[in-house]
Amino acid sequence: MAKTYYTPDHEWLRVEGTTATVGITNHAQEQLGDLVFVELPEAGKTVSRGDVVVVVESVKAASDVYAPVDGEIVSANDQLGSEPGLVNQSAEDEGWLWKMKLSDESQLESLLDEAAYKATL
Amino acid sequence: MTNTDTGELRRLPLHDIHEAAGARFGAFAGWFMPLTYPAGVMKEHLHTRQKAGLFDISHMKLFEVRGADAAAFLSKACPFDAQALPAGVSKYTLLLAEDAGILDDLIVTRLAPDRFMVVANAGNAESDEAELRRRASGFDATVTPLERVFLALQGPAAEIVMKSVGIDLSDLVFMTGRELPSGWFVTRSGYTGEDGFEIALPVEDAAGLVERLLGDDAVEWIGLAARDSLRLEAGLCLHGQDIAPDTDPVEAGLLWAIPKSVRSDGAFVGADGLRDRIAEGSGRKRVGLKPDGRQPVRAGTELFDEKGTPVGRVTSGGFGPSAGHPVAMGYVTRELASPGTRLLARVRGNSLPVDVVALPFMPHRYRKGA
Repeated sequence: MAKTYYTPDHEWLRVEGTTATVGITNHAQEQLGDLVFVELPEAGKTVSRGDVVVVVESVKAASDVYAPVDGEIVSANDQLGSEPGLVNQSAEDEGWLWKMKLSDESQLESLLDEAAYKATL
Repeated sequence: MTNTDTGELRRLPLHDIHEAAGARFGAFAGWFMPLTYPAGVMKEHLHTRQKAGLFDISHMKLFEVRGADAAAFLSKACPFDAQALPAGVSKYTLLLAEDAGILDDLIVTRLAPDRFMVVANAGNAESDEAELRRRASGFDATVTPLERVFLALQGPAAEIVMKSVGIDLSDLVFMTGRELPSGWFVTRSGYTGEDGFEIALPVEDAAGLVERLLGDDAVEWIGLAARDSLRLEAGLCLHGQDIAPDTDPVEAGLLWAIPKSVRSDGAFVGADGLRDRIAEGSGRKRVGLKPDGRQPVRAGTELFDEKGTPVGRVTSGGFGPSAGHPVAMGYVTRELASPGTRLLARVRGNSLPVDVVALPFMPHRYRKGA
């Protein structure tokens, strides 16, 4: 059973076993507006919590998306290369950004659940 | 220029109307401005090119210049021939420093032999007013800032929409204007590359006109974000980015705005500086830049030649919704300013290919006179 976590930086993680799918929240995509480019990471890259993994570019500005936990990039959502607007249409499902293998599951405990995240908005 | 402390920002007279329309706001030039509406920047941009977009540009400043010497004063203050400007005609001109640096760009419209309207950028409103007053010294001319709501209606449906609300402006061509019997000031001009109008009117009249315009299905509110992408596709400069006190009309490619006779004989402020710049020739040039691929190249990005030598800098950059690709402009050394030249932009450690291209990215669709 997958469990979804959130960060105060408006990212979500869906964790299944030791793999997490990561994206930005619907609130975040609303704030950013229409996305025109997503710079995706390469598989195999090791990242630490707080590292910039993805850059999402709207018509007007570029914004960083950070690694919410430590781990290794397993894959990126290549469909965003031709359809960056998928993040706007489906931020918390089809518009996912990358999948990563967790290196320290205990870090998940510091993240927010949906109710706690919504309370920050 | 940009103030991020929203507590000190000025609100537009029609702020509540924008809020009710669902606008998202942001700081620009000291004002709390609608950036986007619920449709979003992409749809707003395309709507303007297809139908008619309504922009609240009340952050921009209008000055009325009046007096027996008004024309002589303006020919001193700016590098154009105000005496030769017929009533009802608008002119794009510049406010130059002594060294020909660009303090602001302005639209000046002659209303009568002794009356002109000057439209200035929001961020320069106060310094322009002080500078114009200084330059008016010794002339019989007064400079009066006006409190107005300033609206732009831009797009191919603009003329029909104005007619549908009872204002027939079909006699105006691009860069002409007049006062309406109501006292409103209208020009056929804009900042999108499209046909359209700019309308300055008293605050108390504004809500009524807005309601009538939005009653037309062709009209939608358009925010500052789309205003920026529209003007960038149209190759139009934003003062503070593409032109500034440290750029001059030669390198900015704006000599077309200064008549040849004025360049050679005009007694405007900055004349000696400009003549020096023309004689020297500029070392760099403002150009259009088309990034190869989908990734935008933003203002401030450094440009390099293929050997890695720095050759320039991006001054405006984003995505062009009508062009369908990223669009940018910037300054590059003169030798590399020809369309087709390939440069490299350094973005987050990567080198992205960027081609020098002719401006504009989208052809202008102004209603020109016969």
